[in-house]
Amino acid sequence: MTIISGRTWTYGDNVNTDVIFPGKYTYTLTERAEIARHALEDLDPTFAAVVQPGDVIVAGRNWGCGSSREQAATCLVFNGVGAVVAASFSRIFYRNALNNGLLAIVCPAAVAAIAPQETITIDLARNEIVCKGGVFAFPPLSASVLGIVEAGGLVPYVKRKVAATS
Amino acid sequence: MSATEGHPQTFAQKALARSAGLPSVAIGQVVDARPDVVLSHDNSAAIRRIWQEFGQSRVLIPDKIAMTLDHAVPAPTTKHAQNHAEIRAFVAEQGIANFFEVGRGICHQVLSEEAVVLPGQVILGADSHTPHFGWMGAFGAGIGRSEVAVLWATGELWLRVPESMQIVLDGSLPPGVSAKDFALRVIGDLGADGGLYASVEFGGSGIAAMSLASRMVLPNMMAEFGVKNAYIAPDATTLAYISERLVRRTTRQGAPLAAEDARTLVAAGALYPDAGATYAAVHRYDAAALEPLIACPHSVDAVVPVAQVAGTRVQQAFLGTCTNGRLEDLAEAAAIVRGRRIAAGTRFLVIPASSEVLADALRLGYIADFVDAGAVIGVPGCGPCMGNHMGIPAPNEVTISSANRNFRGRMGTRDADIYLANPAVVAASAIAGKIIDPRHLDAKSVVSTSQAVDPYSVINHQ
Repeated sequence: MTIISGRTWTYGDNVNTDVIFPGKYTYTLTERAEIARHALEDLDPTFAAVVQPGDVIVAGRNWGCGSSREQAATCLVFNGVGAVVAASFSRIFYRNALNNGLLAIVCPAAVAAIAPQETITIDLARNEIVCKGGVFAFPPLSASVLGIVEAGGLVPYVKRKVAATS
Repeated sequence: MSATEGHPQTFAQKALARSAGLPSVAIGQVVDARPDVVLSHDNSAAIRRIWQEFGQSRVLIPDKIAMTLDHAVPAPTTKHAQNHAEIRAFVAEQGIANFFEVGRGICHQVLSEEAVVLPGQVILGADSHTPHFGWMGAFGAGIGRSEVAVLWATGELWLRVPESMQIVLDGSLPPGVSAKDFALRVIGDLGADGGLYASVEFGGSGIAAMSLASRMVLPNMMAEFGVKNAYIAPDATTLAYISERLVRRTTRQGAPLAAEDARTLVAAGALYPDAGATYAAVHRYDAAALEPLIACPHSVDAVVPVAQVAGTRVQQAFLGTCTNGRLEDLAEAAAIVRGRRIAAGTRFLVIPASSEVLADALRLGYIADFVDAGAVIGVPGCGPCMGNHMGIPAPNEVTISSANRNFRGRMGTRDADIYLANPAVVAASAIAGKIIDPRHLDAKSVVSTSQAVDPYSVINHQ
């Protein structure tokens, strides 16, 4: 968990949830494999078939704007995506990602330096991204948010609390 | 409301402090909020499956849960129908009183009409347009499905107290210019992420002069600006409307609140920011300088004057949604189509935001105006806004819509263009068969509804 290493998939600004996971599937697809198959369908039709576990999405400003649909985050998790590094995130996507154990890292300098399909390393212990263009520091997640990610997401995290109080 | 001694507070600070049971909170502080209302809709069955992981037999907060069926109604497929059936079973099992069936309307409209949310309250919803409730001075924010499941189980969720931004509208809007145009102006100027994470507080004489229906457009559209929530100070009109609706709902639900008690309760809950509160930015607009605007494919911030894309052929015009599907929107559109015919080669889809809007529009004759003009009337709900059914465009078709999003694929088809505008522009474009500023529709070209019309003859080209 402390080191993520994978190939990069680079995208631009304001990538919205409708192209990440189209709304027409949101009430009918429930299986992980089905949800995974439609990831980025209207943005990059090659993505779902080619992405490998550990790969990293690198995006510009406001990644995940639009709908609150959680599958915009889970479709990436179900494909084994290691992290999303962006210049900024829409706030609901950011919460949905961390709540599903998907690292959402804000680092505009790294985004500017990273090339498509290069292999990068994210070191969570050092809060650094290492890519061909250099080494970039990112702000650490708060202890409570890191706790959610380390528990594997919000539901397993809260499950422990609910079990402890009931 | 008096200022918190020495530390003037924004609306967001006050609302989140109250929700977290704290005397005051600082900007940037993370609090455990206990929302007054937790909203979900057709996604409630998926939320129930997450909630079941907690092993509870009863949700902790049945009285705070509000649900509508609105996003794909009536069910277009067996799978959608099964989804609705699961939700109804859950509602019955958990005794959820604030459940609104297929056809009642869109969650944000219905919860407003029913005063399920009150000024000063916090509502968190598994819907990105939950900032809508800022129209009445409530704190509304969108969250994910897992977070709603956690709220059902525990009643609380962490929230960061956002920075606030003021957007001021001075003066009154010119004829033909609406709240939608103001929202598009702001988003066009400052970008789709211009309000990222912020609480937007609207103010100024231009806001105070708006009808309640127009005010609803602004916080609703702020979802496309990246905000956490938005706020309009509740005035006497707001408080009177909500009080009346609260009496009506509590009476229907068998525990009637006296009118006087409702007024007292609603007024006591209202929150107002302190003078001298901290704002990260202030943006001022002169209402008189605004004009009809349009957001071009495929981004809500690709905003230009309608005149700039006038003449673009449209195969579909869609009037409706939580943004612009209210009675005043239908009234404006009906006035334009009355006595005219929809252009050949163009469909006009009208979907009222709620059953109440539909009933009023029937009584006032607007629905007859639409049908006589050749429009299609849909069941109150979200319609084709997010691509589930009831008006999906074909590839390469162009839709002009009164909705809030024009992302690629939003209406279910990847290679279809969506333009966003105010209801009058949508209606006029349906008549013209192409995008047009309604102020340029030629009165001389008004024809009887039985006449066949050359779709282009009604336009006074500029």
